[in-house]
Formats: sequence, structure tokens, C-alpha cells
Amino acid sequence: MAIYARRRLTNALVMALAMAATGFGLLWLVLVLSTLLWNGVAAITPALFTQTTPPPGSTGGLLNAIFGSVVMTLIATLIGTPTGILAGTFLAEYSRGSRFGEVVRFINDILLSAPSIIVGLFVYQLMVVRMGHFSAWAGAVALAIIVVPVVVRTTEDMLNLVPNTLREAASALGSPQWKVIVMVSYRAAIQGMVTGVMLAVARIAGETAPLLFTALNNQFWSTNLNAPMANLPVVIFQFAMSPYADWQVLAWGGALLITITVLFLNIGARALASWSTFKQ
Amino acid sequence: MSADIALPRVAPANSRRHAPGDFIFRHLTFLFALLVLLILGGVIVALVDGAVPALRHFGISFLYTDVWNPVTEKFGALAPIYGTLVTSAIAMVVGIPVAFGVAMFITEICPIWLKRPLATMIELLAAIPSIIYGIWGLFVFAPFVQQYIQPAIISSLGQIPGVGALFAGPPLGIGVLTAGFILAIMVLPFISSIMRDVFETAPPMLKESAYGLGATRTEVVLHVVLPYTRIGVVGGIMLGLGRALGETMAVTFVIGNAHRISASILQPGTTISASLANEFTEAVGDLYLSSLIALGLILFVITFIVLAFAKLMLLRLQKRAGG
Repeated sequence: MAIYARRRLTNALVMALAMAATGFGLLWLVLVLSTLLWNGVAAITPALFTQTTPPPGSTGGLLNAIFGSVVMTLIATLIGTPTGILAGTFLAEYSRGSRFGEVVRFINDILLSAPSIIVGLFVYQLMVVRMGHFSAWAGAVALAIIVVPVVVRTTEDMLNLVPNTLREAASALGSPQWKVIVMVSYRAAIQGMVTGVMLAVARIAGETAPLLFTALNNQFWSTNLNAPMANLPVVIFQFAMSPYADWQVLAWGGALLITITVLFLNIGARALASWSTFKQ
Repeated sequence: MSADIALPRVAPANSRRHAPGDFIFRHLTFLFALLVLLILGGVIVALVDGAVPALRHFGISFLYTDVWNPVTEKFGALAPIYGTLVTSAIAMVVGIPVAFGVAMFITEICPIWLKRPLATMIELLAAIPSIIYGIWGLFVFAPFVQQYIQPAIISSLGQIPGVGALFAGPPLGIGVLTAGFILAIMVLPFISSIMRDVFETAPPMLKESAYGLGATRTEVVLHVVLPYTRIGVVGGIMLGLGRALGETMAVTFVIGNAHRISASILQPGTTISASLANEFTEAVGDLYLSSLIALGLILFVITFIVLAFAKLMLLRLQKRAGG
């Protein structure tokens, strides 16, 4: 009986600890988001969206940084999405059991978790050194390199969920394979693929490290893709680390903007995924 | 992990009629798959190319010298390597038990209707960008640590002879321990979601047999589920470790960026990625720049090994589960 009591006690203890661990995890989510909201809301003013980043001591907004972030994210998505989808298509549709496919899949998964600052160094060597100056193009390419593995992964996973009977039916009608993939597989997997792209955008929207050495920053309004361009993450980094109170307020405002965007994209992507036609 | 019967997805021989379209599309997708490998190859070439001047100048001693002096142009990677390893170790010590608890709660204890929302919320921790953890750590968490946690640690653990050296010094708020703790929160969702996934692969029959013999939930998890999924759990932990090693912005904000090795984990330090983020754009002189790229190369090699190991572990589990 003593043993039984001890086992029950151990069990109750472990259950309580597991529950506490979950509470502990959620606590940080609540803490981070609530302090972010608390500090960030004060910074959300019309000026934030209409004025450019100020020199220390004067008022301003984040207009140029918001613009730069949107432009670079957009270009990165436009480069990264087709690349990722085509590579993912190869893995799912053409490389069943092939050695080459396994290697690509393995390397892609490593790129998926590789430190983003390494990507920044790579693009610095690849573009900034060659061109002789920092530029928004380099920033966009660095972000695109982060988009690719995410899209490759989700595209492959989603295409693998498409029932083979669909492909067989289309092939039986005499359709060439590329048409089967484009007209049948893609259509069946489209929701999942869009989810993947949304998650990739969410991932790069807040990426800072790869932009530090590529797009750098720009205090002024600039639409020149061949020159350094302001962007929210780097501005937040610079302003938050500065000793100026009004810069720090702007940093909180920017942080809130990024977080809202990222969480919105994430939750939207999840909603879309759970709504999707094929599930495991 | 689809279990469908292998349909020959290569173009059948009788489709000669469609040859041009299929040929083009197939090779187009192949080229882009090749691009994934080229990215990795490019990263290696670029890093090695950039690191060569520093490595040639300092030789192998670059790895174990702890001097970092831009003025005299003497550089050694020991302090950032040390900081990277120590912060990641702290992250693992704090993160693994919590992640295990979360995974156990979600798979074994919580009611089904709560599973999805709970899992999503934990995963949102991973969605929050690194820089947000950074700014939050600097303005909210570090002051809190400085005021309440560090004084308590110093007056209790810091007084123990021997071990006390680990917790000595003034409470600064920022430092190695704070950085490690924030890393723990950041890797928690990665580790717990993989643990959750692999726990789900444990065959229900095994679990039910154990329950039938009168095992408690704890015993089922520890003696049935965990042994069955051990490889996957190790894989998940390695994946989290890979993330922690390369995490940049959150650490840069709170570690204090001091190129030195202190015995105390309450003191400022630096990591490879924090050094890069802080110094790269301000580095003057080829040797300084090259030393920083060499740091990047070291980080890349370490994370590559850890991540490859993680991936191999997870693949093994997948194969066994009949993927």
C-alpha cells in the first residue's frame, strides 16, 4: 500500500509540474505581449505613419522604415515564393526515393533552422562587397534566402497530401505530367501552399540580423533600391539601444507594429491551414 | 510521411507526345531544387573566402585566444565561442524540462478541446520575432532581474564556497544568465512542438497495455512513451540547441557585449552572433572584418553539425514509424 501511495503521489506531482510548465510557457507569451501593448500603444500616433525617422531630440515617425520593410519584404517574397514552390514541386513530384531529392530535402531542413545572421554575412560577401555599397536589393535577397526553405518545406508537405488518385485520374485522361501538377496538384494543395507563403512572410517581417549587413539603415526617405534603405527591425535595434527617450518610444511603436503584423499573419495562416481540404 | 503506394511519378515512356512540356517543367523544377544546394554551397564558399585572411594571420590559435582588440588588431574567438556555448547551455537547462512538461501536458493530460488552442499559443512564442524579445528583455526583463532575481541569487547561491564564483558580482540585469533565460523561452516552442509530435507517434496499444497493468500516467510517459520516442526527443532538443546557438538579436540586446570570459554567469559577455551584429558594420580594417567573418564561419560549422545531427535523429524515428 505504501508503494501504491508513493506512486500516486509521484504521479500527482509530475502532473502538477507539467501543468505548471505549460502555465510558465503561456505566462511569457502574456507578459511579452502585454508589456509590448502597454509600451507600444503610446507610440502609435498619426505622426508614426506620416513622418520619417527623426534625429535625436526632435519628433518624427517611422514612415521611411515602414516603407522600406514593406518593399523589401515584397521583393523577397516575389523572389522566394516561385523559387521555393518549384524546388518543393521537384521534391514532391519528381524525386520520390531519389538520392538527390534526399540530399536537397536534408540541406533545405538545415537552411530552415540555420542562423539568419549567417545569411546576412553570405549576402554581404555576395552583393555588398561586389557592389561596393549597402543596398535594399541586398536586403531583399537576404530575406528571399530565408523565404525559400520555408516555402520548399510547406509546398512539398502539401503536395504530398494530395491523394494519388487525383493524379492518376488526370493522367488517365491523357494529361501530360506538368499539366497534372499545375492543374491538379497545385489546385488541390493551394491553401496549404498559401499558408506556407504567409508563414514565410511572417518570418521575414521581423528578421533583423540579415538586414544589418545588407540593407543597413537610412535616416531619410529613400525609394532607391540601389542604396541603403531604412527598415523597421534595424531602426528598432538602433533606436532601442540609444539613450534617447523619444527614440526608444518610436522603437516600441515599431515593435508593436511588427508583432501585430506577424501574429496576424500567423493566426491567419493557421486558420487557412485548418480550413484546407486535405488533412493528415 | 505519406504511406501511399509508390506511383511512378517519372514521366512514363509513352508520353513522348508531351515531351517538350514535361521536359521543360521537370528540368525547371530540378534547377530550382539545385539552387537550394547552391545556396548552401555559396554560404560555405563566401564564409571561407572571407575568413581566410584572419585564419591565415592568426592560425589555429584564433580558436583559443581570448584577446579581442581592434586597436592592436589582435583577435581571438574564445570569448564569443565561450559565450555562445554558455548561453545555449543555460537555455537548454531551463528550456528542456519546461518543454517536456508542456509536451506531456498537451499530449497526455489536457482535455481534447484544449489541445489545439494551447499548442497554438505555445507555438506563437516562436512566431514573435527575435528583436521583440530583445527590446522586451532590455527594457522590461533585465531591470526586473536586476532588482529582484539577481540580488536573491547573489545572497543565496553566491555565498556557497566554490559554486559561488558562478554567481558573483554586482547585479547588472543584463548578462549571460539573462540572455540564456530569454533564449530558453525562445527555443521552448521548437523543442516542445517536436516532443509533442514524436510523443503522438507512440503506439496507443503500448500505452494502453501499460495502463492496463495499472501504470500511472507518469509511468506511462517515462517508461513507455519516452523510451519509444527517445531518438525523436533528442532530435528535437538538438534542433532547439541549433536555434539557441545562432540566435542573434535577443541576445545582442541583453548580453552586454563584453569580449571577456567571466567565471560568473551574472556578468556581461558576448556570443558569436552578438559580436557580429554589434561590430560588423563598424569594423575598420580588413583583418578586423575577416576575423568577424571567421567567427561567422565557426558559428556556421557548429550549428551545421548540431542541426545535421538533429535531422538524422528525426529521420531515424520517421523511418522506424514507417514513414
